[in-house]
Amino acid sequence: MTKLPQIGKPISRLEGRLKVTGSAKYAGEYEAEDLLYGYVVNSTITKGKITVIDTTEAKTLEGVIEIFTHENKPSTAWFDFQYADMDAPPGTVFKPLKDNDIKYNGQPIALVVAATFEMARYAATKIKLAYTEEKFETNLQSNLHKARDTKKGLASMLKPPPPKPTGDFEEAYQNSFVQSSGEFKHGTEHHNPMEMFATTVIYEGKDQLKIYDKTQGTINSQMYVANVFGLKMKNVQVIAPFVGGAFGSGLRPQYQLFMAVMASLKLKRNVRVTLDRAQMYTFGHRPPTVQFTKFGAEKNGKVNAIYHKAIGETSQFEDYVEIVVNWANMLYPAENTLLEHQVVPLDVYSPLDMRAPGGSTGMHAIEITMDDLAYKLNIDPLELRLINYSEKDKSSDKEYSSKELRNCYLEGAKKFGWSNRNPEPRSMKRGNKLVGYGMATGIWDANRLLARVQAIMTSDGKVAIKSAVTDIGTGTQTIMTQIAADELGLRLEDITFLYADSKMPFAPIQGGSFTTATVGPAVKAACKALNEKLFRKAKHLKNAVLSEMKFEDVIFSEGFIIVKNNPETKISIAEIFAANGGKEIKTTNTSMPNPLRYGKKARAVHSAVFVEVEVDEELGIIEVKRAVTAVAAGKIINPKTAESQILGGMIWGISKTLHEETITDHNFGKYMNPNLAEYHIPVHADIQDLNVIFVEENDTFVNDLGVKGVGEIGVVGMPPAIANAIFHATGKRINDLPIHFDKLL
Amino acid sequence: MEPKETHAITLNVNDTNYQIQILPWVSLLDVLREELHLTGTKKGCDHGQCGACTVLVDGKRILSCLTLAVMKDGSAITTIEGVADGENLHPIQKAFIEHDAFQCGYCTPGQICSAIGMLKEGKAQTREEVQELMSGNLCRCGANRGIINAIMEVKEGGCHE
Amino acid sequence: MNNFSYTKVSNVQEAISELDGDIRNKIVAGGTNINDLLKYFITKADKLVDINPVSENNSIIRLDNGGIRLGALHTNADTAYDPIIEERYPLLSRAILAGASAQIRNMATNGGNLMQRTRCYYFYDINTPCNKRDPGSGCSAIQGYNRIHAILGQSENCIAVFPSDMCVALAALSATVNIMGPNGERNLAFAEFHRLPGDTPNIDNNLKHGEVITSIDLPRQGFEKNYSYLKLRDRSSYSFALVSVATGFEIENGSIKEARIALGGVAHKPWRNTEAEDFLKDKEPTRENFTAAATILLEGAKGYQQNAFKIELAKRAIIRNCFMALNPESQRPGAKPSL
Repeated sequence: MTKLPQIGKPISRLEGRLKVTGSAKYAGEYEAEDLLYGYVVNSTITKGKITVIDTTEAKTLEGVIEIFTHENKPSTAWFDFQYADMDAPPGTVFKPLKDNDIKYNGQPIALVVAATFEMARYAATKIKLAYTEEKFETNLQSNLHKARDTKKGLASMLKPPPPKPTGDFEEAYQNSFVQSSGEFKHGTEHHNPMEMFATTVIYEGKDQLKIYDKTQGTINSQMYVANVFGLKMKNVQVIAPFVGGAFGSGLRPQYQLFMAVMASLKLKRNVRVTLDRAQMYTFGHRPPTVQFTKFGAEKNGKVNAIYHKAIGETSQFEDYVEIVVNWANMLYPAENTLLEHQVVPLDVYSPLDMRAPGGSTGMHAIEITMDDLAYKLNIDPLELRLINYSEKDKSSDKEYSSKELRNCYLEGAKKFGWSNRNPEPRSMKRGNKLVGYGMATGIWDANRLLARVQAIMTSDGKVAIKSAVTDIGTGTQTIMTQIAADELGLRLEDITFLYADSKMPFAPIQGGSFTTATVGPAVKAACKALNEKLFRKAKHLKNAVLSEMKFEDVIFSEGFIIVKNNPETKISIAEIFAANGGKEIKTTNTSMPNPLRYGKKARAVHSAVFVEVEVDEELGIIEVKRAVTAVAAGKIINPKTAESQILGGMIWGISKTLHEETITDHNFGKYMNPNLAEYHIPVHADIQDLNVIFVEENDTFVNDLGVKGVGEIGVVGMPPAIANAIFHATGKRINDLPIHFDKLL
Repeated sequence: MEPKETHAITLNVNDTNYQIQILPWVSLLDVLREELHLTGTKKGCDHGQCGACTVLVDGKRILSCLTLAVMKDGSAITTIEGVADGENLHPIQKAFIEHDAFQCGYCTPGQICSAIGMLKEGKAQTREEVQELMSGNLCRCGANRGIINAIMEVKEGGCHE
Repeated sequence: MNNFSYTKVSNVQEAISELDGDIRNKIVAGGTNINDLLKYFITKADKLVDINPVSENNSIIRLDNGGIRLGALHTNADTAYDPIIEERYPLLSRAILAGASAQIRNMATNGGNLMQRTRCYYFYDINTPCNKRDPGSGCSAIQGYNRIHAILGQSENCIAVFPSDMCVALAALSATVNIMGPNGERNLAFAEFHRLPGDTPNIDNNLKHGEVITSIDLPRQGFEKNYSYLKLRDRSSYSFALVSVATGFEIENGSIKEARIALGGVAHKPWRNTEAEDFLKDKEPTRENFTAAATILLEGAKGYQQNAFKIELAKRAIIRNCFMALNPESQRPGAKPSL
């Protein structure tokens, strides 16, 4: 019988079997005839020029086919803009092997191509290099005086600059009943997906390439390759059905793609380039950032003055920007605001969006400042958020399309047992450990972009849905299938979601928590259009039972078009196909937000986070014992995969707060822990009791499905909630991340 | 002069004997992935820091990236491809799907092989001990709760060979 | 990896003859450290001598003097879970289980554990100066990022720490290392096995080129009633110690008859100071006495820009672990703090 609806059901991932049996193939795992292996050589200096790059000895080694350097690099596109990808910040994109100029430590400077991986790696050590070194700067802290405003570019559309000042911050702050200010720092962080970046290029004859790439955007990689190497778009196919984690690192084509394509085109061979773990630290990272806050509140708790300034690192060639300071006034409707964001260009690679970019940085400062205000006002931190609750985004003066944050606070607090909290710091204990409860708010944009989707029904009544979108572990394949099943009135088994192939209809890069809200409505639109086609054909059938009907008068279910008011009257899809000569019926549709309407409301996903920590004060050890995240993110298509997204985000939050950090030695201008032994992400033993609540939220504005997106929201509230819990436990305000032993001793 | 003596070895992988000629510096992981095309065993770091390359050698979980293939001449190796009984998934595999114990899936084969090895070792009793003894397998997506839940369910169900 | 030749040997004599006293010929057993170092081009080898088939060193046997002999080729996991070790040397078992991961412990051998090299960032980065890797090139850590580095026994040439957990327990237990070489057998007290960096930080220990560790002897006293291993690190498991402590007490009528305390993660070798242990002798197990012992143990400690906190952390860890040793049942997996 009918299984509708699939939306809202906790369906297990459709690709689950492939993943648990090792059959899921990732970019560096495709077999190819006489495959060559490329190994990248990286600069060991931070800034300067290569004076000698001698590959003579390396080339004599058996099995070495070719070594590419700036001296023999085949020619590629001339203009800078041809290198720009969908996520390129304002500036000049880095071009591998362009010349002998070294811009950062670890810059790729050569590619060794050999018959085996081991030989390529070994030959790389036989390249003789000499440099002239120049003075470099990699230390944000000691270069804060160089902070400047950022350049604007296309990327500013999704990443708007801070809103203009409102009211008179200084005066309001000075006259506030209470004031709280803070300085907040975090260092460099790297995405470190478990799969290392890899590209396998299949040379299919005359400049025609099939490319298996690790990417969050098949069309983004396709465009990049076509533009840079002067190929026709149709001759470049990029495929990425399985992506072993990315978290933003795949939003831009990385240099292994360039290297593999370059070698393949030149040698007319199949080539694979896989980066090693240390090389995973040679492109893109979350930028170290310093923030300053000053919040003022009235006696009743109303925040009336907000100052938030962030200074982030960027490279010398691009102005990487993220949204750090825009959030406070979106949440708390202060009349007097001063919000600033600046960057300091340093001799590093350009930073790159990393899970909850900007939001996880900014909310850390905002929500700790709010917590501090709560103590100064002697108001419960949760109560303070409710006092400052706003149905409107004050910063844009727009109503929210929906905002169930209040229920997040209330349901989260109830589930967590917030009322058991003794407000006094250091008042709660368990054995010799101090116990702390902390909470924080989370917020993230709910965006939607343009996407196209094709739906094809074959005579067996089965439907293929096609989109170039990737599934980086988010569950995209599964939830798109659910959406299609409901719209078409079919079972999940009747739908095949074909994806992650640049030959399929356009989808933007998968990031920013906007994939479901972007591709989902396109799937729905294509399925609806397919139904309409079927309906039109049904109306013209000989028996003509539907001839007088309108599309609105029927439903589609289990292979039948059924009249709503008279379920006995129906036409089978099989009949339609019979009349159609068995030919497949297909439609391709574009879906995008209405540009006149979409900007009229503020759109965001919200969360309330509650954390319990246990602190062993004598030894400085902090354990996150429990955490509850209550999320309002519109319609949840699949509670199982969505919960996993939130849990993953929470664990990222724990990691960011207590563990991970890329260590830079500024004497050398390089990262010193480019590996998973010394770059600490949490292990199983670090993760204790985590809970997720999805709060009911109906939103008819954001898109037809009412979905917002859950990829980043799990992260943003965790760092301040943990830091606030540590304060509650110990009475110590620690504003720098990560919080290690030494900071508590 | 570069030495390049190859060694003839036999590896029994998932009940199939493979006779191969290899150079001594080739890791077991690279032999599995590049020579035998068993790419289910993953390379996450190549340096013993992540657990993605975990396989069972003579029943024990080990890291194939830090093992030279030549050292395992004559050994019986089980990789993720050999964990299921034909079409029937291993209970751990089923539990992983049910508990959504993965997102991107890249650490999954290592997690599963490690879990099977751990249950066989029989040293972990409590959830905390399971977490500790599974800590050699990193997961960047943050599927930790699902992974441990899946393992605990199988462990408590006692249906894990 | 550089291109090396490979040979398997079936007994210790063959191993010694294959090694031929040449530093470029290296033993491989579990492979967990040597293969890692080879892949990073930190260690280079002309020949790997695979000693895994040497069955004579792969067991745990009881000695006539009441002690135990741990075969050098016995794995860390098999050693930690051996019923004799669990019963009589639980401190050793705990320390082993606090190290690395289950997979690595299944591979790593007891002999290999002693031969681990430091995890110093600069040692691991072949493009930075490091006296341990490249004698005479300088120490980058002293002026660099040194949060994980030594507070005791350093020299101006090297502030690296020895990363083992197992060896901290072996130091506390006063084990003996049995060695076979071209000139026959010899043994070294555990305290004599590893070295301080001095002017030759490239030399980690007193095993000579061409020698092979055959076994490690534990004396009869295992402190099985009062013991604890505590490991402090930046995550709960699968990471190296910032500070670790192995503590064993023999307690009679409420006072300490014998005490052992060894520290890990703080020096170029497991750190022990018998003065601190002698101080505790015949004293009551009180915070005051533990604090005094900790102070003695940390005498002369010196911190650098990022690791000075280790001095205070080590002191507190010593005190806490003394209390944990009084109540070994409270211990948690992974040598996390309890009580």
